[in-house]
Amino acid sequence: MTPADYDYLRKFLKERSGLDLSPDKQYLVESRLLPLARKASLPGIPDLVLKIRNGDGRLATDVVEAMTTNETFFYRDKIPFDHLRDTILPGLVQARAARKSLRIWSAASSTGQEPYSIAMCVKEMGAALAGWRIEIVATDLSQEVLEKSRAGVYSQFEVQRGLPIQHLMKYFTQVGELWQLNADIRAMVQFRQLNLLQDFSHLGTFDVIFCRNVLIYFDQDTKAVIFERLAKATEADGTLLLGAAESVVGITDAFRPITERRGLYQLNPARSGRAMGGLMPQPLKVAAAR
Amino acid sequence: MRTCLVVDDSSVIRKVARRILEGLDFQILEAEDGEKALEACKRGLPDAVLLDWNMPVMDGYEFLGHLRRMPGGDQPKVVFCTTENDVAHIARALHAGANEYIMKPFDKDIVTAKFQEVGLI
Repeated sequence: MTPADYDYLRKFLKERSGLDLSPDKQYLVESRLLPLARKASLPGIPDLVLKIRNGDGRLATDVVEAMTTNETFFYRDKIPFDHLRDTILPGLVQARAARKSLRIWSAASSTGQEPYSIAMCVKEMGAALAGWRIEIVATDLSQEVLEKSRAGVYSQFEVQRGLPIQHLMKYFTQVGELWQLNADIRAMVQFRQLNLLQDFSHLGTFDVIFCRNVLIYFDQDTKAVIFERLAKATEADGTLLLGAAESVVGITDAFRPITERRGLYQLNPARSGRAMGGLMPQPLKVAAAR
Repeated sequence: MRTCLVVDDSSVIRKVARRILEGLDFQILEAEDGEKALEACKRGLPDAVLLDWNMPVMDGYEFLGHLRRMPGGDQPKVVFCTTENDVAHIARALHAGANEYIMKPFDKDIVTAKFQEVGLI
């Protein structure tokens, strides 16, 4: 790949997906796009770039998907899901007792493990949420991963990374060498295509937003814009969860970290005028079969 | 340092498991069948057992039954690690007192995730 090809791909990916590749990430582009070039019967990445320059829309989409699809696994990092199960959901059970409805957004759902982990956490709440309307919206840029997500079928390797064996037995059905999430869990999640660079106000507001391990790929200005939009999509007492390597500090004052809850953020009352901090209860141990 | 007893009749699997678990700061003991594993447990209970199912002399399922009946035998975390990858075997293992279950083939990420799940890491 020539430096000119790499520069073109960096600009193209920034415009199409917000992906902000530093000048030293050539190896990453090569490792992800070379298999794509071979699949398209092209001798190498320069030919792939030429096709995109000449307006091959399908290939352009494939390049964006190849570069933005990231490996994930069930209950990734564990702690955010412990918070969801032990504090966030019990807090919302109290706060939303009158309306009995909850909206949760998995903002970069990749191959579906995150929204389905959320769905299993909700399911584990059992009677506490019986009769509630629970909406779990999962969005991703890639149509390909959304299709995989909707099917809810995972390999033996995928179901062993982070998923407790009891949950595998309880929520999955073995299909040959693969494992499929049961229909009731799949039905809890709505998958939609969405580019976080574009307006997402049509999604409405959410009680909980998981936006983990995606903003790290954006530059500071783009992150700031997305945080502003996320703030508008967050209920006054809602919670934003970021990835372990992500933070709002130095980027936006729309959110502030929740004390002693690493990775959890709430609206900044000084900024939004909407925030109702303090709804986060002390940790409650909910009977859960984990 | 925590101890893990790796029980498998394949020396290759024991070697791979040892390398992964030593990387996770475990001191490793090895046994090539359930009977030898039981003898090792009588000398001293490990913190964890990584346990194959099909082995000569005494299989992993029978070993688990003996272990759980030993004084203090409910303490070690037992993670099955086997090619018996069907629901019926997993259900039997859990019913017999296994804490987690790894379906072979496995890699470092899977072992790490399962050991985290049972609180060993």
